Amino acid sequence: MRDVAVVGFAQTPCVRETDGTTNGVEMLVPIFHEVLGGLGLSKTDIGFWCSGSSDYLAGRAFSFVSAVDAIGAFPPIMESHVEMDAAWALYEAWVKLLCGEVDTALVYGFGKSSAGELRRVMAMQLDPYVVTPLWPDSLGLAGIQARMGIEAGLWDEQSMAAVAARSRAAAVSNPLAQLSGSVEVSELLASPYVVSPLRRHDCAPITDGAATIVLAAGDRARELCERPAWITGFEHRVDSPSFGARDVLTSPSAVAAGKAAGADGVEVAELHAPFTHQEILLRQALGLGDDVVVNPSGGVLAGNPMFAAGLARIGEAARRVHDGSASKVLGHATSGPLLQQNLVCVMEGRE
Amino acid sequence: MGFDYTRSLGPTLGRFLSDLRRRKVTGIRGSDGRVHVPPLEYDPVTAERLSEFVDVASTGVVRGWSWIPEPLEGQPLDRPFAWALIQVDGADTSLLHAVDAGSPDRMSTGTRVRARWRSDRAGAITDIECFEISDEPADPPVEADDVTMVITPVNLHYTHSASPTEDPFLRGLMEGRLIAQRCPACEKVYFPPRPACPTDGVPTTDQIELADRGTVTTYCVVNVPFLGQRIPPPYVSAYVLLDGADIPFLHLLLGVAPEDVRMGMRVEAVWKPREEWGPTMQNIDHFKPSGEPDAPFDSYSQHL
Repeated sequence: MRDVAVVGFAQTPCVRETDGTTNGVEMLVPIFHEVLGGLGLSKTDIGFWCSGSSDYLAGRAFSFVSAVDAIGAFPPIMESHVEMDAAWALYEAWVKLLCGEVDTALVYGFGKSSAGELRRVMAMQLDPYVVTPLWPDSLGLAGIQARMGIEAGLWDEQSMAAVAARSRAAAVSNPLAQLSGSVEVSELLASPYVVSPLRRHDCAPITDGAATIVLAAGDRARELCERPAWITGFEHRVDSPSFGARDVLTSPSAVAAGKAAGADGVEVAELHAPFTHQEILLRQALGLGDDVVVNPSGGVLAGNPMFAAGLARIGEAARRVHDGSASKVLGHATSGPLLQQNLVCVMEGRE
Repeated sequence: MGFDYTRSLGPTLGRFLSDLRRRKVTGIRGSDGRVHVPPLEYDPVTAERLSEFVDVASTGVVRGWSWIPEPLEGQPLDRPFAWALIQVDGADTSLLHAVDAGSPDRMSTGTRVRARWRSDRAGAITDIECFEISDEPADPPVEADDVTMVITPVNLHYTHSASPTEDPFLRGLMEGRLIAQRCPACEKVYFPPRPACPTDGVPTTDQIELADRGTVTTYCVVNVPFLGQRIPPPYVSAYVLLDGADIPFLHLLLGVAPEDVRMGMRVEAVWKPREEWGPTMQNIDHFKPSGEPDAPFDSYSQHL
């Protein structure tokens, strides 16, 4: 089997609202330029392109086809798309590289959440027969999970606020973050509930943004990057969509994906946890001890570009390998309600 | 943006929703003996097809909840309410629904609730209007016909901003001007403009103004009526390549019998009265033949 590595990563600033189209083109053009330019590549050097986005978020049909304009797809390219976070597009591209079909791939995700009503758009991922017709909103569902965890003694409002405070403090060093700064847990707890037991700081912000990763195989990766982030484990698992039938206080799919991907011994983990309590849950599910640095970028609580945020977690983790500050890292992405589906990508630097 | 999704139900969900119409809640027994409400078609662990329906109660207990102080469009109640996972009596799993508790102070895990049935029931999860806090039994079942389909309307709202390239185009239209954009790399001219040149992947930053006449590159005769049609068929939809542009766009062609339309026909815009103009291509009511000789095929063959 060939070795495949993350060799490049770029993302837009995370902002509350952009003035471009919901096709993402305006956000994608500069980050394609950045990531390809940084590697000394042009679009013709890329063997496979794969994206993640959602038409429900974009409010128009085939927005991912319009997004291809950002590539300049002439002569024609080999291209694919998932209607999921682009972390799953990365998985598809990784498989393509493993098969030896191509040596390089560029993966991207984009989301302009500001165009619609994110809490309602998220109802479209639920069971269309017996759940979506009630229009459960993403905060309402997460609030149920948060309260059940509080009552089970797994976390409390204090420890949830501490996650938010740590995330914002970490994001001070991330110039692309939407929310950053020094905040006291007591200050956060003084704010009112948005959807009890969740306060504003417990919920990832609404963000417009995009992210991109370049993968390369074998010698090509070594040519392009001084210290490639070699993918040593890449797994995704899913739980039943019937969240009333599963134990929402753990995430069997996250446990299984972490175990299969070899999460043991990572130094840094970037977790896709859109709610503070979900970071605590995921830490436990992935077996991350206190010595693991979690979300040094601030994570999605500092900026949550839908359909790009999971990919960006993998990119942020890979960056710690590229810059030599870590030798084994983990990027995580989630999809579906209440951490239903989870993906874990473990990467390592080699001397 | 709205769409009424019409879905067939199959034997499992059909039974569940038909029974809701009868003010009855029905579960299904899983491979491990657990009773699932709502019923699942296949067991979540063994993937076995499930078929043993189980009558359960329309009363139950709250297993988890959150409080919605400001309900959103489409939600079961328009006043503050709780979302709750409710384990109905006789079930082993929980159903998501709203609880009309009035205040979060009245909600707690373990609270007893019962279904409040809607009077006009269609065979849908919304036949339960919500749950209410009560120790009493819910209204008894009644007779009703089976349902095999469910309509689930989806209405979502979007604000599409005019992007940096669309902005001069839309402003131009308000003044009766056609503003195109040229790719700085390949010099192709796009009308309407695009955020980036699809050939080169760079923003189309150079603006140029085009005249309101051009050539029909191809066309079709619309004979089929459809929802929202503006004029009675038959009529002609034509791709018009404005002089100086590299991409044709679709517009209406009037003033010529369908059988007389041809590729290469020269056409000009017929604008609506100025007082009706807005930031839209509909300012051009339609195109009509300009009377010029047809354009030679070579002049538009690269733009088909």
